[in-house]
Parts: sequence; C-alpha cells; structure tokens
Amino acid sequence: MNGLSLLAQLLDILLALLLAPLLTGWVNQWRAWLQNKTAPSLFQPYYTLHKLFHKELIVAHQASPLYRAAPYIVFGCMVLASAIIPTLSTDLPLAPAADAIALVGLFALARVFLSLAAMDVGTAFGTLGARRDMLIGFLAEPALLMVLFSASLISRATSLSTIVEGLAHQTLVIHPSLAFAGVAFTLVSLAENARIPVDNPTTHLELTMIHESLILEYSARHLALFEWAASLKLFAYSCMGLALFFPWGIANAKTPLLLLLALPLLVFKLAVGGALLALLETFSAKMRIFRVPEFLATAFLLAVIGMLITLLLTPFGKAA
Amino acid sequence: MSALIAQFINLLAALLLMLSFAMLAQRRILTLIHLFTLQGITLVLSTTVVGYVTSQPHLYYSALLTLLLKVLLIPALLYRVIDRLRVRREVETLINIPTIMLLGILLVMLAFYLAQPLSQMSSSVARGTLGIALACVLLSFMTMITRSKALPQVIAFLSMENGLFFAATSATYGMPMVVELGIALDVLVGILILGVFLFHIREQFDSLDMSNLEQLRDE
Repeated sequence: MNGLSLLAQLLDILLALLLAPLLTGWVNQWRAWLQNKTAPSLFQPYYTLHKLFHKELIVAHQASPLYRAAPYIVFGCMVLASAIIPTLSTDLPLAPAADAIALVGLFALARVFLSLAAMDVGTAFGTLGARRDMLIGFLAEPALLMVLFSASLISRATSLSTIVEGLAHQTLVIHPSLAFAGVAFTLVSLAENARIPVDNPTTHLELTMIHESLILEYSARHLALFEWAASLKLFAYSCMGLALFFPWGIANAKTPLLLLLALPLLVFKLAVGGALLALLETFSAKMRIFRVPEFLATAFLLAVIGMLITLLLTPFGKAA
Repeated sequence: MSALIAQFINLLAALLLMLSFAMLAQRRILTLIHLFTLQGITLVLSTTVVGYVTSQPHLYYSALLTLLLKVLLIPALLYRVIDRLRVRREVETLINIPTIMLLGILLVMLAFYLAQPLSQMSSSVARGTLGIALACVLLSFMTMITRSKALPQVIAFLSMENGLFFAATSATYGMPMVVELGIALDVLVGILILGVFLFHIREQFDSLDMSNLEQLRDE
C-alpha cells in the first residue's frame, strides 16, 4: 500500500495548491451575492495570481535579504501545513513528521517571518500591521492548541492523522467537548485568516487593515506568493475543521478506495463551509481592535472548558 | 442505544454550559434574552429525553411547563419590559469581560471538582452532568453580581433557576410534581414582582443602575 499512500500524499498537496484559490474565489463570490453585489468570477483569484506572477518585481532599496526570502518561507510553511492536514486520506507518509503542536508552530513560523518582513522596510503601516498581527497571533495560538488538545484527549494522540482516524472510523459517539472545541475553532480561524469580525480581507482602508498592511510593500511574484499562501491558510484551516468536526468519508490505510469518494465529498463540504463562512462574515460587523483580545479570550476559554468537559464526562471506569 | 442517549444528555448539558458562558460574556440585553430562551429550549429537550429514557411521564409535564413558562411566557414578558423601559442599549459590567471569563473558568473548575465525588455516588444516566449544572448555577450567579443594571440581574437570576432545574432533572430524575409546580409559580410571581420593582426603581432614580440603591438614606 506504500504506493497508494504516496499517491494520497501527493494528491493532498496538489489538491491544496490547486483548490485553495478556488475556495477563496467561492467565499468572495458568496460574499458579493449576500451583499447584493455583482460577484467576481469564481476563478478571479487564479487570474490575479497569473497577473501578479507576470509583473515586474520591484523591491525597496533598503530591503534586506530577509525581505526577499519571506514570501518563499511563508509559502513553504503553508504548503507543509497542508501536507500534514489529512484532507482525503489519513494514510499520509508525511504525517509522522509533525504532529498538531508542530502544525501550530508552522503557522507561528509563517507569522513571525511575515511580521519581520513587514517591519524590514521600515514603513509605518508595515510596523503597525506587524504589531497588530502579533497581538492577534499570541492570543489565537494558545486557543488553537487547546482546541487540538481537546480533540487529542479523545483519541489520546497528538498526531493529526491519528486523531482524525480515531474520530472518523469509530462507532457513533457524541463528544460534547467537540461542540465547545468547534465553536472555539471557528472563532480562532476567523481571527487567524483575517476574516471579518477581526480583519477585513478586502479593505485597503489604512486604519483598519491588518493582513493587508503587512504585505503592502510587496509586488509581483512576492505578492502572488503571499496571496496564494493566504488562500492556502484558509484552505488548511477549513480542511482541519472539516477533518476534526465532520470527519466522515475520509479514507484510511484499510480503505484506499474511499479516496474516490472522499474527493467529491470534500469539495461538497468545502462548498458548504465556504458559503457558511461568507454568511457569518455578512452577519457580523468588524470589531474594534481592542475587542479582539476579548473575542479570542472567549475562544480560549471555550476550548479549555471543552477539555475540562472531556475529563468530567468520560466514564470513570475508562482511562480519563 | 441508552449509551447514545446518555451522550445526548451530556451534549445538552454542555450546550447549557456554553449558553451560560455566552450570557456571562454578553453585552446586549436583547441577546441576553435570546440566550435565556435558548437555555429554556435546551432544558425542555433534556427533560423530555430524560423522561423518555427513564419512562417517567411526569417529566413530560414538567418539560411542557418549562416550554410554556421559560420559552414562551417569560421571554415575552421580558421583551415587553425592555420595550416599555426602552433599555436596548449595551449592558455595563462592573469588571471587564476577559477578567469575568477567567473567573468564570475558575468557577467551572471548582464546580467540577465539587461535583466529582457526588456524581460517583449517583447511579442515574447522566451523573456526569451534575458538575455542569452546578457550574451553570455558579456562572449565572457570577453574571448576576457583575452587572450593574437591574434587568440583566433579573435575567441572570432566572438562568440560575434554569441551572437548578437541570440539576434536579438530570441528577435525580426530577422532583415531585407539587414541588415543580410550586417552583414554576414562584418563578412566575418572582418575575412579575421584579418587573414592578424595575418600574419603581426607574421612576425613583431615572435609571436602572443598582449602585443608586446603595445611597438610600432614611429621611
């Protein structure tokens, strides 16, 4: 089965790379529809990437090598992250390389380099955005870790594919802790992907933008890589959420044929999830930046309660 | 099957706790009432499920009573009160909300710790939920003491009663019908009296801020 798992791994990465801009386009389309606007084409993110890759690269005079390296590092982190997250199959050869904690670390690494690069050129907006991004990051990461821990308490493993394997292929058990973890995860992924209650992904209004101000100085293929990395991050988070909370239909080592079924199912789940994300964004108003700690504290506390509930509600006979 | 139902009750208990937390963190009065209504619905569901699994028909009546009282009547009364008092604005909290949430989680831990030995002795389907019910009561109490306005305090008081009711149904399969009727009536009368109080407080001080009551002097 080694060849098959290799195939699953390759498919996993390729799918993430190719589908990620589509997911972004889909969410944007739904957002436009919900706001009674004429929607851009579903393939608009691809056109943008194509355009950006063919533009002339302009770099600030005082930029250091770090500034040039950052896009590749961030993009690499996101590709690696989507390689670890089980989208179609849990039988991934790369999965033992990094567990859920390392995954959070990967996201943090990307964030650190993005912020450093934003401060590198020394513009006011870059520094401002970097600070805000770090503020959000240091509150969101513990919450994300807690969400992953409450899932790993159930299957007693920190490897993401083992967790999903355990959740997907067992008899139906309702885990109340996952309800908490699910809400917490939604809040965290809204913050991490710069979606509306925390940041507006489409704005270029100076005082409110966070993610956009980080990449303000970048152009051409560097910018394209950042845009692609942002899509990949959204895709990775969506797939992680789907794998943890709606894991049905993911193939494993014993059932490789399920791969055929897993693909349309994944596309369907992502389509529904993307539409729901757009709906959520349309319903909520953007928060003041100083309300964000409160928002993320809520996420953290919900995740912690999820963990506590796992400990309380598991029957005393079994291991906690 | 019974294991699945027990898990379903656990899920409802978790939902109840989540709603209590949402109330703790909530700033708007209107949302507070929505959350209270949702809590009532969760309670109705859990009571019905416990009634079904233990085949005790009197729990169905008590679920029906909860539905009428806590999902329909009391929220309607509360809506009328906020309409008449015109208090749809944001609720002021005495401590800032992240601190409240942190204290809330400590309360949850305390409740779980206290309930652990108790639920080990119990033999009912949903014994694990006792800790959650206790946590709900404590959280509602916390909501009550951290709000400065009268109306959120009233809602928090009602939600505290929800927590107690949940503890009664899940841990001991409900109280005798007479007791339940008595409590239901008490809650109803309580909210009516509190409503009257609200109007009087407002008439006296032109606001519903409870800190005004600290400066009462005998004249």
